Amino acid sequence: MSPVLQGAATILIGVFGCIGYFYASNIILDRVLFPARGPKAGRNINRANQVRPWLFLFPAIFALGLYLVYPVVGSFYRSLFDRAGDDFIGLGNYIDLINEPTFRTAVFNNFLWILVVPAGSTFFGLAAAQLTDRLRWGNIAKSLIFMPMAISFVGASLIWKFVYANNADIGLINAAREALFGAEPLDVLQIPFWNNFFLMFILIWIQTGFAMVILSAALRGIPEETIEAAIIDGANPFQVFFRIKVPQIMGTIVVVWTTITILVLKVFDIVYTMTGGNFGTQILPSYMMGYMFRDNGRATAVAFVIMVIVLPVMVWNIVQARREQR
Amino acid sequence: MGEVNFNNVVKRFDDGTVAVSDLNFSIEEGEFLVLVGPSGCGKSTSLRMVAGLEAITGGEITIDGEVVNGLTPRERDIAMVFQTYALYPHMTVEQNMGFPLRMARVDPEEKKRRVRSATNILGMENLLGRYPRELSGGQRQRVAMGRAIVRSPRVFLMDEPLSNLDAKLRVQMRGEIARLQRELGTTTLYVTHDQVEAMTLGDRVAVMHDGVLQQLAPPARLYQAPETVFVAGFIGSPPMNLCRATIMDEGGALVAKFGSFALPIDPGSIEKYPNVREHVGRDVVLGTRPECFFIASGDLPENKLVKAKVDFVEMLGAEALIYLPTDAEQIDGSTRFGVKAKTGANGGTEPEQLTLVARIAPKTVPSHGEMVNIAYEEDSLHFFDIDTGRALR
Repeated sequence: MSPVLQGAATILIGVFGCIGYFYASNIILDRVLFPARGPKAGRNINRANQVRPWLFLFPAIFALGLYLVYPVVGSFYRSLFDRAGDDFIGLGNYIDLINEPTFRTAVFNNFLWILVVPAGSTFFGLAAAQLTDRLRWGNIAKSLIFMPMAISFVGASLIWKFVYANNADIGLINAAREALFGAEPLDVLQIPFWNNFFLMFILIWIQTGFAMVILSAALRGIPEETIEAAIIDGANPFQVFFRIKVPQIMGTIVVVWTTITILVLKVFDIVYTMTGGNFGTQILPSYMMGYMFRDNGRATAVAFVIMVIVLPVMVWNIVQARREQR
Repeated sequence: MGEVNFNNVVKRFDDGTVAVSDLNFSIEEGEFLVLVGPSGCGKSTSLRMVAGLEAITGGEITIDGEVVNGLTPRERDIAMVFQTYALYPHMTVEQNMGFPLRMARVDPEEKKRRVRSATNILGMENLLGRYPRELSGGQRQRVAMGRAIVRSPRVFLMDEPLSNLDAKLRVQMRGEIARLQRELGTTTLYVTHDQVEAMTLGDRVAVMHDGVLQQLAPPARLYQAPETVFVAGFIGSPPMNLCRATIMDEGGALVAKFGSFALPIDPGSIEKYPNVREHVGRDVVLGTRPECFFIASGDLPENKLVKAKVDFVEMLGAEALIYLPTDAEQIDGSTRFGVKAKTGANGGTEPEQLTLVARIAPKTVPSHGEMVNIAYEEDSLHFFDIDTGRALR
């Protein structure tokens, strides 16, 4: 069968399948299950109307169940098996994880990332949003700050690999060190502990644009009169910003913060490209990638740990976002 | 404390529009002065220049003799009430009212005492812990007033504070503002577009149009002796009937001819507008208030009457308005003499014909299409120069 016919057939089956499903299920409900006649006609109509929403919800619930809930349950189940996937070892993978120093480093580093990256991005984003608000060339500045958002994590990592390069002719940092202090070049990505922050800075650089755009819109949404009232009430520019503006956009700040937190727990590319998790820079996502396709039991166990960490943040994020919409 | 002076104040925006031109007046200590005018007349801009929210382009504003042009709002010691109340949504009523004191680093005990005393004056002790979103419009308005009161500033500035309230609440709050200002005795500059608010609240009322001060006078004087056609048409509801008329001398007695109608001018009106004599044979603007007309009983001489056909009648209960179409040219005080008229914004349109409005007692209401004889009370005609719009005094 030619692909065109195949596509057409798929569309037809999909569309008519939907129509057919809703039509048939409603007929069964109204004619067979709760017919609107006989002595209990009124009660049957009410019951049919209580069931009807579920008929419409069913396809969506089914699809979400298949592609979201099943993988979660399936992953958890998978994480209870050994590397070949044949022998059930209970919580063995989790126990191994806890006992492994690299995993503990990854967890520690990941908490650092969760603390530093959202804080840094939100802080710089808010500062950029406020400072560019009234400038005539503010929009140009904003475009420049937003631009890293368009670069892939791997691409960004490559750019920063040049900046951090262990060579005064290529690396910006070593060039500056040489010019200012005449220092010998060094590999900043190998400085223990601090190298983590050099990696985090890349993600902050990328995410500041995101935070700035959202917070800038929120700042514009603050009623001008409240700011004027504060000025008349004797507030100086800093007091206006911290006591009037920031509290009014607190909900948006929380949404931005939590959104970036969730992102942080997903990004493996930067560590993977820059250090490969060496020199004590391992984080959970890149640690998981290291085990993928080698020891699927171990990898899914890590995935599950990440999910447990991310879940509360996600709930908070959704609650806040909903509150914002109201 | 709290005498405000406008000396040749000018506001020109960056795009060249002149919002306020050469404003000169003073607000005396403890006075309630109302700035009134249609939207875009520069009244809010003038208020915001006193507040320090708009820069002053020319001239100077002084408070208690001190030039405030270069001072920040916080240094001017003024308080402002906004149309939208501008309450801080993330603070409780108590924090909202305490905010100006906190900014002034007032001692917390003293702050508490002053907030309590302001809430007592406004009668909202039980609302202190609430957030603005939990308050009704009237309550928010009170909190906004309270925030202004706690500071005991030199001047209150109010920018249409009642516009966002419904009609009933507006009347109630209007009374409350008047009472408060009397009790506190604080100099107040109040901006509104509502002439009823202006007339009821102001010790004196300043009418502005197109950035120019038209007249500054106590409410009664504004109504009885308007200085310009604009003021005549703006103050009073329904507004004054304004039309083009020619002054004629008919055997020693002056007559105002408008369209195919003619009215003898009584000596009392001439006394009030002596310049009318200089305008014999020339066109002027004739103004008549609807409430100065009455339906004539038979004993008046023919030449004191206006005979006209009733187009329609509005029965308002205590009074009735009757509309009498005429063939006289209507004069619009707001477009004819403003800046906009000079730039030709009104150019090319046909002159409209005046529909004379008369407010009469409800007992003798004529019906639609009926011919009536109406007469006017003595001393109640108004005359203005047709070119400048100024009263012929």
